[in-house]
Amino acid sequence: MAASRAAVVGSLFWKCGSCSTGTFLICTNVNTQLLSRQICATPAMRRKNLAAAGPQKFTEEFIKKQVEEFNIGKRHLANMMDEDPQTFTQEDIDVSIRPRRKHHPGDQVFPRQTAVQWGEDGRPFHYLFYTGKQSYYSLMHDMFSKILAVEKYQDRLRSKNLFSLDTKQISLAGSRWLLKEELEESLVENISDHDFARFIQLIERLVALPYGAAEEEFVLGYRRQLEVQSSKQEIQPLQYDQKGVAYSTADGRRKMSTASVTLKDSGSGKFTINGMDQLHYFPVLQDREQLLFPLHFARMLGRFDVDSSVTGGGRSAQAGALRLAISRALLSFLPEGQVEDMRQAGLLTPDPRVKERKKPGQEGARKKFTWKKR
Amino acid sequence: MQVRSVHSGSGLQLQAVAMETEPHPAKNLSVFRTTEADPARHSEQHAAQYYTLSPTHLRTVFPHGLPPRFQMQVKTFNEGCVMVRPPALEIISHLKKADYSKPALHYLLYGATGCGKTMSLCHVLHYCSTQGWLVLHIPDAHLWVKNCKELLPSSSRPSRFDQPVQASQWLQNFKVTNDHFLSKIKTTRRYVWTKRERTEEGRPLAELVEQGVNRVKSSSDVVGALLRELRLQAGQGDFRLAVAVDGVNAAWGKTSLKKEDKSVLLEELTLIHNMRKMLNNDWCGGAIITALSQTGSLYTSRLSYLPQELLGQEGFDKMDPFVPVPVSNYTEKEFESCYLYYMDRNWLQHPNSKCECYTGFMSDLRYPSTAGNLFIIKSFKTVCGPSYCSNFTYNIILFIMQ
Repeated sequence: MAASRAAVVGSLFWKCGSCSTGTFLICTNVNTQLLSRQICATPAMRRKNLAAAGPQKFTEEFIKKQVEEFNIGKRHLANMMDEDPQTFTQEDIDVSIRPRRKHHPGDQVFPRQTAVQWGEDGRPFHYLFYTGKQSYYSLMHDMFSKILAVEKYQDRLRSKNLFSLDTKQISLAGSRWLLKEELEESLVENISDHDFARFIQLIERLVALPYGAAEEEFVLGYRRQLEVQSSKQEIQPLQYDQKGVAYSTADGRRKMSTASVTLKDSGSGKFTINGMDQLHYFPVLQDREQLLFPLHFARMLGRFDVDSSVTGGGRSAQAGALRLAISRALLSFLPEGQVEDMRQAGLLTPDPRVKERKKPGQEGARKKFTWKKR
Repeated sequence: MQVRSVHSGSGLQLQAVAMETEPHPAKNLSVFRTTEADPARHSEQHAAQYYTLSPTHLRTVFPHGLPPRFQMQVKTFNEGCVMVRPPALEIISHLKKADYSKPALHYLLYGATGCGKTMSLCHVLHYCSTQGWLVLHIPDAHLWVKNCKELLPSSSRPSRFDQPVQASQWLQNFKVTNDHFLSKIKTTRRYVWTKRERTEEGRPLAELVEQGVNRVKSSSDVVGALLRELRLQAGQGDFRLAVAVDGVNAAWGKTSLKKEDKSVLLEELTLIHNMRKMLNNDWCGGAIITALSQTGSLYTSRLSYLPQELLGQEGFDKMDPFVPVPVSNYTEKEFESCYLYYMDRNWLQHPNSKCECYTGFMSDLRYPSTAGNLFIIKSFKTVCGPSYCSNFTYNIILFIMQ
């Protein structure tokens, strides 16, 4: 019963949501006529260039009305499903309505578009409308006026001999500037690379001013936090064997070889690979160098006994695989700060390079057949 | 990082050093060097110390005997310093006590690659030379079984092959080493080389050697004749003969030489045939000191180093009975000596390698007991060529000594 009722409601929403053809013709009193056409209201639309969509296809009021209807429908649905309308989430809606018909809140169906830019008499609202990029230029003007205000403040201080250079500067550590795409999204406008560069230049100028800390909030609004990469690294906890000696195991891969390594604590620096001593397994200096680099970097050369096995690949690939495996196994023994150091040294990054495939019509991956002029 | 004294057993060493002859006033007293240049007087108290070879000895005793890397090092440092190590001391002590009226004893130096077999052999030969022995040194027997451009059918015997270039080269070096003997020893029979050339009985050996050096075509036969003469006359007590062969496993191994696309058997080579006769201990009045070598050998596994593996069944039976002398990697003390020597020669250039940080720095490399000496020396010389020292990132290089 509930399912069929849900289906009915769903179909109603589906119709509203899909904006079927021809039913709506927005007649405004404005000279310009906005023709409606079928728009596929999928989430992918969000990613599309919002500015290119042009001014909105639907009036504000229409959108508001749709949103209200959506909310009413949501409450009805919640009642039908015998659930609390206040805590009825989008997922619950999706589950209750038949999966084919998606039902999303207004923001996703009607993506953020520029509102109509001019009034009834055809005069644009914004004073920079005829520049074509009104939001961008108004932002630049705002920033510049802030710069001027700060400089004026500085002049006032100088005239009173209170100017000093050691004021608190805006801290930009751990964050990055907005990307061009992100700025475009926030301004709902197309921006060229040159424009974006000028924007960054101006905001950095603002930051560089001695008394620029006054505009900290504004500036930080255009910064995004950087995640600390090493926090994503999973570190296995140490394992202890019967005698209480700590050990850790890890794997590594490079090209076509796989290696598996066991690091045992309180060792003498013995290094065994496939049962053989590393000196005999890797007669070449370069390979041994690769093996010892993680331990040397962490300054724990003589501390561990390493027992490892490696298969596949050539000698260089095996050495690389072992190195990665050792670095990963070493993480469990390291203090926090050193993990980030190891990551930055490139010890924890698996090397993605693999042999490129040979293409037809060529000798090898890149090499072409002899070119004959005739 | 613990602070350790440079040599753990340094008490004895310092005493010994104090009792030696007056060191150079200009140089500081270095614990890794000894001023005792006579190998006959080397003993355990000089173990792990470097002694200097005099330039004359270098030229005469070792025209071709030293390993190539050591030769480069001699050229760079302008001095030849050899470390006194237990294997060489053992052989020298045996040589001092041996009875030379009995057949010659075999001594066989064996060990992993890069452990110091050839250098120990050279040390023993230096001793023999300073004692006035006649030194017959075949620096690398492997050179006679591979990479031979010219292989002539023997003039004397139809089924044999001659190697003129190798033989004449060896004769030249032999002459440099033993010039003073060649005029004294006389031939015991007449040798006919060609229709027009012959060496009469009773002529000094120098003539024989001249013949081989000048007439390259018959040089292999000259070598055979020379060896025969020395074998016969060593027993008569005028002089002692030291036969030193490096890479002796070549005599019973395989050869890669081909004559008209047909492989040559080892027995068919004149030089190898004569060498084998020499290695038989049916003569008296000397010693046969040999060393195995896997590095230059053909068709042997890289990891094999034991006499049984390298000599093969036949070789082992022929060499039996022998005195096996194992040569192993540097001990801690020897390693420290080596390190100090290179520091002294200003070869190692790294801010961390100076004395204060020395102990902490050394603790970094303190790990394997399996360090190969040659690898140590090689890695000391890596990156920079043999002829100049440079500032390289030593922390990268040093931890490789494994």
